[in-house]
Amino acid sequence: MSGTDVKPSVAPGVRLGQVSFVWRPWLACVTLLLAAATFLVFCLSIGVGDFPIGLSRVIATILGGGERVDEFVIMDLRMPRALAGLIVGIALGVSGALTQSIARNPLASPDILGITGGAGAVSVFLVTVSGGTAAAVESAVGLSAAALAGGLGTGLLVYFLAWRRGVDGFRLILIGISVSAMMEAITTWLLVTADIKDVARAQAWLVGSLDNRSWSEVRVALWCTLVLLAVVFCVAFQFKPMHLGDEVAAGLGVRYAMVRAVLLLCAVLLAAVGVSAAGPVPFVALVAPQVAMRLARCPTPPMVASGMVGALLLIGADLVARTALPITLPVGVVTAAIGGPFLVYLLVRANLR
Amino acid sequence: MGTTAMERPLARGTTKARRRRVVGLGTLVAVLVIAAAVSLAVGARALSPAEVWHGLFAAPDSDQRLTEIRLIVRTVRMPRTVLAIVAGIALGVGGALIQGYTRNPIADTGLLGVNSGASFTVVSVIAVFGFADPFQYVWFAFLGAAVAGVVVFGLASIGRGAGNPLTLALAGQGITVFLAAMTTAVALSDQASLNALRFWNAGSVAGVGFDVIWPVALFIAVGLVLALTTLPALNLLNLGDDVARGLGVNIALSRTIGIAAITLLAGAATAACGPIAFLGLMVAHVARYLTGPDYRWLVPYAGLLGAVVLLLCDIVGRLVVRPGELDAGVVVALLGAPFFAALVWLGKFRSA
Repeated sequence: MSGTDVKPSVAPGVRLGQVSFVWRPWLACVTLLLAAATFLVFCLSIGVGDFPIGLSRVIATILGGGERVDEFVIMDLRMPRALAGLIVGIALGVSGALTQSIARNPLASPDILGITGGAGAVSVFLVTVSGGTAAAVESAVGLSAAALAGGLGTGLLVYFLAWRRGVDGFRLILIGISVSAMMEAITTWLLVTADIKDVARAQAWLVGSLDNRSWSEVRVALWCTLVLLAVVFCVAFQFKPMHLGDEVAAGLGVRYAMVRAVLLLCAVLLAAVGVSAAGPVPFVALVAPQVAMRLARCPTPPMVASGMVGALLLIGADLVARTALPITLPVGVVTAAIGGPFLVYLLVRANLR
Repeated sequence: MGTTAMERPLARGTTKARRRRVVGLGTLVAVLVIAAAVSLAVGARALSPAEVWHGLFAAPDSDQRLTEIRLIVRTVRMPRTVLAIVAGIALGVGGALIQGYTRNPIADTGLLGVNSGASFTVVSVIAVFGFADPFQYVWFAFLGAAVAGVVVFGLASIGRGAGNPLTLALAGQGITVFLAAMTTAVALSDQASLNALRFWNAGSVAGVGFDVIWPVALFIAVGLVLALTTLPALNLLNLGDDVARGLGVNIALSRTIGIAAITLLAGAATAACGPIAFLGLMVAHVARYLTGPDYRWLVPYAGLLGAVVLLLCDIVGRLVVRPGELDAGVVVALLGAPFFAALVWLGKFRSA
């Protein structure tokens, strides 16, 4: 490939038995680099803290050959947080890539499918309406679980409302926008009527955070993500006609409708996993696929690279939030502050070339 | 998109369709007038039509009760009615235009960063200067909205592919994301800002006087004039850049005018009312369903629909949680969204 050419010449196809895919060397390269960068930042993030641990010792410990002290600090204290960032980033990135591909709209994201809106409304309801005592009873675990249920419920509601002899991408996002708008209006109203102390807590929750993750929470999110990614991986090979438009795809058979429905459901569930582990972090799912697309010079959001960008964004933002900033901010603020401008930078650079 | 736009000249040729659109426009105006009258009469204290009439037009006299009515009508109900109409028109027209210029059916008036720009300046000036009064930050809100709009359009216009609809939409989204994060950062570190932000975010047409409304209306009027001048070009742009260029459209100029119009309309409305989400998106789709893709009809419909919806939502908000009030912006989403979703489900809309 020429390197500056945005539209590559026809990429060679590869066929392995039943499975065929397009071989894009640049995409593979970028994905590998992103994976390496993610791993590096992941290790860096683990090493940084009150008890700093060098990068080599971190890697040694993760690979199973570290010292006892390091192992305790890393595995028991820091790993859950870093893993949560990794999982949430990948889940949101892939979820966004799926949503944008299916809707064929770069502005679409799981935020639009109602998950973040629903989770936000439920969590704000719990924080503000049930008041101080009940909120204290609601331990952090209870709140996340309730928010997850709210997000998932809203996501599925959108999905089923949009179902009418199949799921049409355009109908889905318009209904998703409507339901999300309702959820956000409820949130806004709850915030208006609430006590100001609760508002601060609710606001911090709405932005998403990786604080105080425990292994038990992370383990659930990890397994869910792995299963969902496996499903996406198996089904995604039948996914390509999606970009050709509804008519072409419909002409290719009924099975296509099933594939799209399954992938959409995966997108909803992946976003829900993200919410369960970090709260309703906004924007990552929107920005990551667009950034990945431009880095990889693909015409459509690439799945793996989108997940990697999401993870890199989230872990990197968490690192910045913990180390570089004078005040502690929820990670969602930093991801948006980094991700938004980076997307704009990529756009401008593409235009200048 | 292309095929429906191509059908337009045929549709225009039939006088029947034309008459139907004119009748529809007249109906909307009539509904708007009735809604405005209801808006003047309804509230914590219900007024009869005669009392409203008196409050509006009678000369001041010594009767205590009538003076009170005059006060309610002129200083409370009249300003919010006028603002709801003006802001509704602005957001409706802005919503239709932004969907046209980005060629994206899910684009909203907030997309150019105007909402987030306004929110950011509001929380910032409160954090820095400690403003407590909404009147003080209206102009900062407008400034923030305008600056954000200009920055987004500027970024989308750099270099090759300037003003490409996709670049514009994504640049708007990127800046919106960034400003929203900054707003949250400021609000979380300053409680007064957080407190103001939650009320500001709800979006309301109440509590602003004519001293603010007239200047805002002036900006919106300029925006409307700009918007109307770009409509023929916008029709051609939606046939694709190459076709439009071939038909003699100055693409860069008409885009610049269009984006300036959207920034003025959405920025001024947001400055006066706070961010009212979803309204522009919703009425643009409903208008397109009623009129078809011709922007010369679609845009006036969207404007009138915006005014009617915002006015009705404000009235509903005054009635449902008495003695308190629901903010119009909240009611728009709570009532508009299910209605809109039902229309979507019934298959009333096609992509732009």
